[in-house]
Amino acid sequence: MSKSNFTRRGLIKTGAVAGAAGLTLPTYLRADGHSGFTNAPTGDTVTLGFNVPQSGPYADEGADELRAYELAVEHLNGTGADNGMLETFSSKSLQGNGILGKKVEYVTGDTQTKSDAARASARSMIEKDGAVMITGGSSSGVAVAVQALCQEAGVIFMAGLTHSNDTTGKDRKANGFRHFFNSYMSGAALAPVLEANYGSDRKAYHLTADYNWGYTTEEAVKSSTEAMGWETVNTVLTPLTQTDFSSYIAPVLQSGADVLVLNHYGGNMVNSLTNAVQFGLRDKQVNGKNFEIVVPLYSRLMAKGAGANVKGIFGSTNWHWSLQDEGSKAFVQSFGTKYGFPPSQAAHTCYVQALLYADAVERAGSFNPCAVVEALEDFEFDGMGNGPTLYRGEDHQCFKDVLVVKGKENPTSEFDLLEIVEVTPVEQVTYAPDHPQFAGGNMGTCNPGA
Amino acid sequence: MDAILLQILNGLDKGSAYALIALGLTLIFGTLGVVNFAHGALFMIGAFCAVTLSRILTLSHTVIDETQKDFLGNPLKVEVPYIYDIFGQTTGDAIIDWAVPLSILFAIPVMVGIGFAMERGLIKHFYKRPHADQILVTFGLAIVLQEIIKYFYGANPIPTPAPDAFRGSFDFGAMLGFDPNTIIYPYWRLVYFAFAAVIIGAVFAFLQFTTFGMVVRAGMADRETVGLLGINIDKRFTIMFGIAAAVAGLAGVMYTPINSPNYHMGMDFLVLSFVVVVVGGMGSLSGAVLAGFLLGILESFASMAIVLETLPGINQIIIYLVAIIILLTRPRGLMGRKGVMEE
Repeated sequence: MSKSNFTRRGLIKTGAVAGAAGLTLPTYLRADGHSGFTNAPTGDTVTLGFNVPQSGPYADEGADELRAYELAVEHLNGTGADNGMLETFSSKSLQGNGILGKKVEYVTGDTQTKSDAARASARSMIEKDGAVMITGGSSSGVAVAVQALCQEAGVIFMAGLTHSNDTTGKDRKANGFRHFFNSYMSGAALAPVLEANYGSDRKAYHLTADYNWGYTTEEAVKSSTEAMGWETVNTVLTPLTQTDFSSYIAPVLQSGADVLVLNHYGGNMVNSLTNAVQFGLRDKQVNGKNFEIVVPLYSRLMAKGAGANVKGIFGSTNWHWSLQDEGSKAFVQSFGTKYGFPPSQAAHTCYVQALLYADAVERAGSFNPCAVVEALEDFEFDGMGNGPTLYRGEDHQCFKDVLVVKGKENPTSEFDLLEIVEVTPVEQVTYAPDHPQFAGGNMGTCNPGA
Repeated sequence: MDAILLQILNGLDKGSAYALIALGLTLIFGTLGVVNFAHGALFMIGAFCAVTLSRILTLSHTVIDETQKDFLGNPLKVEVPYIYDIFGQTTGDAIIDWAVPLSILFAIPVMVGIGFAMERGLIKHFYKRPHADQILVTFGLAIVLQEIIKYFYGANPIPTPAPDAFRGSFDFGAMLGFDPNTIIYPYWRLVYFAFAAVIIGAVFAFLQFTTFGMVVRAGMADRETVGLLGINIDKRFTIMFGIAAAVAGLAGVMYTPINSPNYHMGMDFLVLSFVVVVVGGMGSLSGAVLAGFLLGILESFASMAIVLETLPGINQIIIYLVAIIILLTRPRGLMGRKGVMEE
């Protein structure tokens, strides 16, 4: 937010925005604190917009996100069987009586995991339903697109599952916030574990999904593994629509590589991992070492599709239901009792984002996006399942511990697919806001809209 | 050399799937004159026959295990398949392990039934309509079928592994005198290729050496004359539709261990299969098979790292590029017959 812009036009623009936002008083103390922004709630209810994939390949993940949001709304309104993470959240502003005394209502949209569809559904929720905040999603392409839309429209965007560096890197926006971790953090957390298990003399071969998230993940894993001595033999982009990866996997052994990194997510990950295991890569010995496979971003929901193939394979994840901190236990208890199965990491991040938004509004005393931005920037909290967490002001990225996980050898149930190998402390995954992998972004200033 | 051999092998299994689907498409087009855009959905339903059978085989009752806890801290409910109660655990496990091959027996009647129902219930009414109408109705049907599958089975891929005996891969390189690990090929893909060869051979033999096949071939050549000879050609064509559905379904069943099936897998194959049919020549069965393998192998070559370095993105367009070239130089496709789709 402390961006200096000394061109003439820049000064006029900054001045105009600063004037509009009221430089002299914090936003929430101004007379127009409860109006003068997009979709200012007027009655005794407030509407939130949950924009999740309800159709398309990520529909199951979207359904889990929606379950989490419904649970969050119950907890915010105080109508649930329990209070979930409200009990463990370090901030005690939320009372279970809605947000600022207004009952929380919600509308949902279907992103279809397509940028244009996601923008259309977000726009409809903002313009037709009067949503004051948009949240959710299961793809970085969608997150970046919807975030930009929310910035223009003057509403807050609380990103759902999005892992690309760009969401809070080159495409960061003042009105957008991300709780989920990112590619850089995955690389930084995984590298030491990979070194400890596979040694520092390895030759890696990357297969990378040919889109934004794939690129940033490949870059992050490549640079952090090369820093510890690994050599990158080759990186190959695979089309996002690819279903059979055999022609990409067959040449891996010939290349002399002894590790295969699959920068794939969702259906791509399920298929490439299944193919790699079919080709017997994991039974091979190369350069005198066991051949290994790494999946930088794990999702339990997706790992299910790969079945027994995930056993023993390392990856990283934002959160896992088996964590034993009070926040995670409260959330799993609440979610599990209501729905009968444990929540996914997508559900967790969405639930937390909804609570963080509501809490920021309470603390700011206003739904004005600029007041919410002020309240969330550099906000430190705990009790939400990831240990002490910081919402960094410079890029609106949450900084917290990262989980390194491994496919479990002997699962006891269909949910018990991953085991936590290490909780990488936040210091190890923290980077400077202007880190090269995040460079080129211009957050702009908060936009309250109307 | 070894890299080239490797990609030829790779192309064979992909080509097998294309060839099987394209064969069914061509059978339907050749006999009924219908462009069936729901054919990919039949492939997908075949795959879900395998999923369904393995679900049936693993139908379970729950036993409470007090010694273990579930994620909420309650005693763990362990699922015990009924099949254990009937055959004992060892035999039960073996049956579950072989679920995919067993699904062939399950899929044939199901697919033939679905084929009959589709043809009699819907497609029959579109014989005299323009191809555009047929494409619209079958495409719509494909979407309906895939949404039905999504409703019951969810959107995520469902793992359906091959029997343990076929796990792992075969080292062709070592056999041919190359370094070990240079040419490896999963056992199940070999099975798939052999299976496809048998099915394709069986369909050709059926059409070539049986009276039924002879009548069908005559019908394909001149439907009216065969009808005038007092032969109920419509009934035979309905049966051919059922057979085509079964071929697509079996291609789907056997494909499940290669890629975990999901509801839109049919669409992924459909467009490519149409390109295969067009390249092979509309209405030509051998053309469909030939083009299936040809395009499968070309696609494999196009995704070699060395090719991608020289021509980035070629892996995404190769099939369409070849289709354009072939259609420009041989407008009827590789083995297309005169008069098909030209009236």
